[in-house]
Amino acid sequence: MTARDLLPILAFAAVVALAPLLVSSNVVLNFLVFTMIIALAAQGWNLLGGYGGQYSFGHAAFFGTGAYLTAILQVRYGMNAYPAFAAGIGLAALVGLAIGFLAFRSGLRGSYFALVTLAFAEVFRVLANASEVTGGAAGILIRLRADPANFQFAERGTFLWVALALVTLALVATLMLERSRLGAQLVAVRENEAAAQALGVDVLSVKLRTIALSAGMTGAAGGLYAQYFLYLDANIAYGTWISVEALLAPIVGGAGTVFGPVLGAVILHGLAEATKSIAGSIPGIDLVVFGIVLILVVRYPPRDLPGLLRRRRRP
Amino acid sequence: MTGTGPDPAFLAVRGVTKRFGGLVAVNDATLDVAEGSITGLIGPNGAGKTTLFAVVAGFEKPTAGLVLLEGEDITGRRPHELARMGLARTFQIVQPFAGLTVRENIAVGAFLREAKRPAALAVAEEVAMRVGLADQLDKPAAALTVAGRKRLEVARALATRPKLLLLDEVLAGLNPSEVRDIVPVVRAIRDSGVTVLMIEHVMQAVMNLCDRVHVLAQGRIIASGTPAEVVAAPEVVEAYLGHGAAARLKGGAHA
Repeated sequence: MTARDLLPILAFAAVVALAPLLVSSNVVLNFLVFTMIIALAAQGWNLLGGYGGQYSFGHAAFFGTGAYLTAILQVRYGMNAYPAFAAGIGLAALVGLAIGFLAFRSGLRGSYFALVTLAFAEVFRVLANASEVTGGAAGILIRLRADPANFQFAERGTFLWVALALVTLALVATLMLERSRLGAQLVAVRENEAAAQALGVDVLSVKLRTIALSAGMTGAAGGLYAQYFLYLDANIAYGTWISVEALLAPIVGGAGTVFGPVLGAVILHGLAEATKSIAGSIPGIDLVVFGIVLILVVRYPPRDLPGLLRRRRRP
Repeated sequence: MTGTGPDPAFLAVRGVTKRFGGLVAVNDATLDVAEGSITGLIGPNGAGKTTLFAVVAGFEKPTAGLVLLEGEDITGRRPHELARMGLARTFQIVQPFAGLTVRENIAVGAFLREAKRPAALAVAEEVAMRVGLADQLDKPAAALTVAGRKRLEVARALATRPKLLLLDEVLAGLNPSEVRDIVPVVRAIRDSGVTVLMIEHVMQAVMNLCDRVHVLAQGRIIASGTPAEVVAAPEVVEAYLGHGAAARLKGGAHA
């Protein structure tokens, strides 16, 4: 990996980092922070789904685990936010390993893997809704103490920079994965498992390492969510909405590409915000837009938007 | 040593049987492959050749029997472990990583022994040269011709730096001039120190390339020997042409 490979990522980071200096609108900054959180969750999904071809419908399981542990360790055990956040990432990765071990060891693939992940996320949601430690249906509230030492920031712009830094790290990590042995073997598994095995790829190990990375990354998005909104309940943390967001953004923006999830998150949330401002407060109108976008993407697969633009230019 | 004492064979298949439910695909097959040889495995369609390959390469566990590589029992080991030990296979139905370029396809094999991407890509280029794919390195694998895909299968397997290469019908579906192009490639692979076991229907190539040939029919090894011996054996002729064919052919020659 050379400096030139990093250039697009740094350029992206620089542009977003300028936003808090140029705009002070809370609506815009909120939009950007939320988009960054989704982009991070989606980047996690992209490692396993985009590069590895293992389509998870249950990344909420990892998002929620990262979010809940970050919150619970602070609220119930008085831990500082940063180690709590790190522990959340670690536990999310472990949950990923466990689900991956159960699913991949028995050779579940395609829609079966998708269903199993969906089922796990739903079980977690029901458990979190009933359990005491998560605050049950009432949810859990992180006390507002706006201080960088608590991973809370008085300015939304500062939080945006933190979120952006994590997304940038995720982009670099993805690029590194793409250039690594694991990345090559992962793509080989996606393209053809039998052929990969014949070439010495330990398919189970590759999938397990990837799902741990993927779950950790999406768990980080969960922890970030908890620190930004300071409130969680089961339908937020383990809800299907985040599973859908995490897979929709990469599919729209280009699964198995470094920038796909970020691009997809920006497009989806840009569209959703635009529709809301045009159509007013019709509940669920943004979901209608997501649905339409998904149908269009499935019907006319662009592979990725850069590809589509290139094709348009040279018919 | 396992079984009956020292085994001189590089690859030894001992009494391998593979049943799928009521179907016996391979029945008590025993064969040897000498180090540094090109050994052929021929037989009529449905004889069990590919199943036997799958057992040797670890894709199927045999119902009974042993597979030994350099005297070590490798029966039932998983494919990626066998690849690490130096056993590579190609697939009869080519299995390219369709979304990747030729270079990336071969690099997946090279990554078995190379941890770093530049080294793996360098191996990929070198191997592509050996099999005649050097000018197609940046093409998507899906854009290759049938002959190109067969070469790609061989190239990926070679990139794992095998000691033993199992080629499953790499010449099937090629026209005569393409066959003539690939025959020297296989020979060069052997000359570089890789032992080759090949399933092949193209007899011209088998006669040309193989030191020894084993004939499989209805799951049994019915003949082993040099290519010339094997094609003259009456049981081989009958396996291909039907019961009594050998006698009729002989009779026809006398008349």
